[in-house]
Amino acid sequence: MPTADQRTVIGVDVGGTFTDLVLLGADGGVRLAKVPSTPDNQAFGVLDALDAAGADLPRVDLIVHGTTTTTNAVLERKLARTGLITTQGFRDVLELGRRTRPQPYGMYGRFSPIIPRDLRLEVPERMMADGSVHTPLDEKAVEAAGRALLNKGCEAVVVHFLHAYANPAHELRAAEILRRFWPNDHITLGHALLSESREFERGVTAAVNAGVQPLLERYIARLTQELAARGYGGDVLVMNGNGGMVSAARVSREAAKTVMSGPASGVMAAAYTGRRAGVHDLLTYDMGGTSTDVALIRGAQPAVSNEIEIEYAMPIHVPMVDVRTIGAGGGSIARVNDAGLLEVGPQSAGADPGPICYGKGGEAPTISDANLLLGRLKPPVGDSDDKAMRAHVEAVFAEKLGKPLGLDAISAAEAVVRVANTKMAGAIRMVSLSLGADPRDFALFAFGGAGPLHAAALARELGVPRVLVPCRPGITNALGCVVADLRHDYVRTLNRPLDVLDEAEIHRAFAEQIAAGETEIGRETIALDGIRHIHSVDMQFIGQTHLLRVELDTATPSRAQLQQLFERAYWRRFHVELPEIRANLVNINTSVIGLRPPLDLSTLIDPAERRRALGDALRETRPVRFEGAWFDTPVYWRDHLPLSVEIRGPAIIEQMDTTILIEPDDLARGDDEGNIFVELGGAGND
Amino acid sequence: MIDPITLSVIQAGLQQVCDEMDLAFSRAAFSPVIAEADDRSDGIYAADDGSLIAQGARGLPVFVGTMQYSTRTLIEMIRAGEVAEPQPDDIYIVNDPYLGGTHLMDVRFARPFYRDGKIWCWLSNTGHWPDTGGMVPGGFSASATAAEQEGLRLPPVRLFKQGRLDREIYAIICSNIRVADQRIGDVQAQAAALRVGEARLNALLDRYGDDTVTQAIAELRRRAAEQMRAFIRQIPEGEYRGVAHVDSDGVVNEPLVIDLTITRTGDDLTFDFGRSSPPCRGPMNSVLATTLSSVYLAMRHIFPEVPISAGAFEPLHVIRPEGTFLDARYPRPVSGCAAEVSQRIAEAVFAALVEALPDRVTAAPAGTSGNFALGGFDPDRGRNYVMYQISGGGYGGNADHDGLTNGCSTIGISKAPPVEIMEQQFPVLYRRYALREGSGGAGMHRGGFGLDYEVELLRGEARASFVMDHGRFGPQGVLGGKDGAPNVVEVWQDGQLHVPEHLSKEQDIPLRPGDRVRVQTPGGGGYGKPEKRAQSLIDEDLRLGRYTKEQIRRDFGVDP
Repeated sequence: MPTADQRTVIGVDVGGTFTDLVLLGADGGVRLAKVPSTPDNQAFGVLDALDAAGADLPRVDLIVHGTTTTTNAVLERKLARTGLITTQGFRDVLELGRRTRPQPYGMYGRFSPIIPRDLRLEVPERMMADGSVHTPLDEKAVEAAGRALLNKGCEAVVVHFLHAYANPAHELRAAEILRRFWPNDHITLGHALLSESREFERGVTAAVNAGVQPLLERYIARLTQELAARGYGGDVLVMNGNGGMVSAARVSREAAKTVMSGPASGVMAAAYTGRRAGVHDLLTYDMGGTSTDVALIRGAQPAVSNEIEIEYAMPIHVPMVDVRTIGAGGGSIARVNDAGLLEVGPQSAGADPGPICYGKGGEAPTISDANLLLGRLKPPVGDSDDKAMRAHVEAVFAEKLGKPLGLDAISAAEAVVRVANTKMAGAIRMVSLSLGADPRDFALFAFGGAGPLHAAALARELGVPRVLVPCRPGITNALGCVVADLRHDYVRTLNRPLDVLDEAEIHRAFAEQIAAGETEIGRETIALDGIRHIHSVDMQFIGQTHLLRVELDTATPSRAQLQQLFERAYWRRFHVELPEIRANLVNINTSVIGLRPPLDLSTLIDPAERRRALGDALRETRPVRFEGAWFDTPVYWRDHLPLSVEIRGPAIIEQMDTTILIEPDDLARGDDEGNIFVELGGAGND
Repeated sequence: MIDPITLSVIQAGLQQVCDEMDLAFSRAAFSPVIAEADDRSDGIYAADDGSLIAQGARGLPVFVGTMQYSTRTLIEMIRAGEVAEPQPDDIYIVNDPYLGGTHLMDVRFARPFYRDGKIWCWLSNTGHWPDTGGMVPGGFSASATAAEQEGLRLPPVRLFKQGRLDREIYAIICSNIRVADQRIGDVQAQAAALRVGEARLNALLDRYGDDTVTQAIAELRRRAAEQMRAFIRQIPEGEYRGVAHVDSDGVVNEPLVIDLTITRTGDDLTFDFGRSSPPCRGPMNSVLATTLSSVYLAMRHIFPEVPISAGAFEPLHVIRPEGTFLDARYPRPVSGCAAEVSQRIAEAVFAALVEALPDRVTAAPAGTSGNFALGGFDPDRGRNYVMYQISGGGYGGNADHDGLTNGCSTIGISKAPPVEIMEQQFPVLYRRYALREGSGGAGMHRGGFGLDYEVELLRGEARASFVMDHGRFGPQGVLGGKDGAPNVVEVWQDGQLHVPEHLSKEQDIPLRPGDRVRVQTPGGGGYGKPEKRAQSLIDEDLRLGRYTKEQIRRDFGVDP
């Protein structure tokens, strides 16, 4: 099946362990690749993946790329040498933070600021909260500070002044002065990415941007050179954390927006897959080796937040798909604590040595090992070692878990999976509740290597009625690159009581946001099917600090409409009515989205591989443990399943990139795009 | 006998009920002190004696032990006929500190939870209201000498009767507190959180069965006690003494002594505060519930692995410190107990146990909430205002690393407000908000650094009040480490320096436009001998301007 615009499109996503690629050919062919990532220069992994897929670069029209270059740089603090010029008296804001500690209990913790203290310089200047000037900018001091930072070897510089969101004149003037002698474009102004109050959060966002900008720019330059050298002449688009794309030529300008792009692309793929399958409300569940990412999709739109903290005291306040990470994955370690209770995680065996069944010297029992003992997973090592490996894992479970719990090894393994599922379900419930959603109204979209193995049990725990497993759960992020749209987000803060706001001002603000977005999108050269606008407002009752997002289907709402929509949303969320208190309109938000042509996903599994009857897809039958009993369980090969198949549990479906577990009483159903839906209790009693 | 796996699952389920109550309360609350600072806690308490079954993981630490006492008191008062019998859907309100509380601003709601027509347990929460009346806005008086000066005191009364707010009681409350018009939002949020808890707990009981959950609760309690005892065994048997000082009570300018002896006998610990100072005239008395809670939260900082449940407290025996300021009775003023005295008690526990548990216990943290309140009239906006600045300080060094800089108070988990937000809302200008150089106590692992801020009044007249601590004595260094720098308050009135007589406490200091307040918060205590500090770390501190050369020479004993 051809893509709608008859072009060859590649999505390539660099993850922590693997670089994944999807190639959708103009001829309708699909090629996939999964190669090890190359952390020092991710471009090598990208090129390896292109080779592995046999991509003919001169004939490729578009490459869409997700990179963790900036993510890793921030988390490992391997940032470009960056200096700060800030308001006199405030150079330590980035180090002091908001007076917190990493955990509620335990009086310890470490924090290392993005910019070290000796590279944070102050200049006389001061704006007031209302935007008026208290102390004029000392221009000579700006020049002296800039030169001092250059002498200290800085490659990038941040100008971050108090209240610049209210009046950016001093920041703009300082930038003019710096540009006269700063040897490159790496000058980030505090108000440019985030024009909101809160000096710590705005400053960290700007500092992260400056610190990753030179790295991203160099990386993109290297990658595009390498691609050009291999004859590629098309566009390169880069994934942003908001789930939209930006051209490679412009992505470095707002480099901070790429920091959380990896998980965002998976969520975009989920939204896309769900929309095509007619399921618009999803909880996404991406379980990997060390952690699990969870996000919420409503009306086929992923929830986006401007207030994400990527680690302790590291807020990046630009719009990003709201992905929450739970510290549990296949490698999470199980242990019996001093109270004799079984605990799973947060310690993880990681990728090295990994679970015992990896055979790399791991000796701690993990979730993956438990799944092995229960017959749910096959050991990744060769078949000949199967038995010995099982016996070894069983012995460890008996000794480390079974003995203190008074259970045999198999029961201990069941317990590990059950406790892990309870914990993950609790965390997922908290994520959805904190986003104002009841998980029972959603379907669970399971991906990542381990997601489809636990999804049905989690769904049962959460009261979610069904699970959606896409064709290629293990390369969902690369698919997200291929399907994502162009996207620009705008936030304007009004922060005034609704009843004194001028409706025309609201309408004008929306119109300006639309115009700005359309101008940006007009600069891109790739084919689009159209442009969409999403409007919302953030509101609260006067006196509150938290905001409630109210979605709008118009850019010209009346005040009465806004009041009514807000009251309705508040009731839905809290079951509280507060007629005594007035409403406040805080932010006006617009996302302008350039819609890419639709793609057919059914060829992600090669149609030629599909067999006519379910029986032809059967690989083996093996004993699998459910609820304390062994079941002879058929194991099918995903690529061989007929479309629109129905499978009653218990069953296992294996494929290159994951294992899907269908529990007794559940019913798995394939749709005509190759997705599998698992209906809980769908097999009935007949 | 319940199997250990069902036990783990029910434990997670009970925790989840409480976490959801916490979340619902914060998200719906109006007051920043609850919505942003999470100065609240939610939990489940036993029907017969109010003992703690589970409490939210992100509840404010100082409430870790208090609500079980307030619930127990309520149950006893109902039994004695001193309080009206409950009906389904009732919610009691109480803030009386002497009935198992903290200070008046911490308002408790308690809701009976019914199964089959009988009370199965209690759901309760505490929220810090921004004002409950009294002589100073916000309630943090530095010089009250009687409970009546501190605000409106509510015995347990049913604010909600069968689901409906009692408008008459509510009207009495509103007539006695400041900024009453927004209180309804917090009241509804606090009640809604308990309703959320009820729905979730019913779902849990329906799923696992009432009997199984009852058994699980008993077993979890037993095991939490066992786990705490396993940790206690790491402490060699014997007696341990820790001493901490409160600067003064705000009225009489003399230090108050917390003198603690911890004795390990078998697998239990006994805490004896008997040699501490007698009750004081000013508001630095502590009620018994807060004293106990402070011991529990200190132990939980040391052993965070033990879940919050009554079982965890079972091996901890606190001898009632009768006749000391740590067991205040009516009408002793107590407004400083939750924010300041509690932290000194925790430090006495840390000081006592650090030598026995050198890998677990840190040197003393800054340990003050840093309450600075400014109340005045803003002529440009034509309105009165009350501004609070809370602030952090340095944490103590520990066996592994230097103390954290500008960490949250020992008893809190709340964020400090941004300078930009303060300047938007109040007629002030911050001149400086900086790391307090030189404040971290020297040591092999030095203390973290405190905060140094200076704020100027721009217009109108105002009054400044301070309830802080560690002004007289810096946070203690341990194992050869030096003390962190003490708290410093300076008020510049018309160019003249005024230092509060009690150093860290004073009330109603008049300010005029142009006057300034400068506060330097404590640095953390140092851990281990300074001579053992790695040269590379000393060089780095010097390069980053954290200490001067003289300080390095004097405090670390090396020539930089």
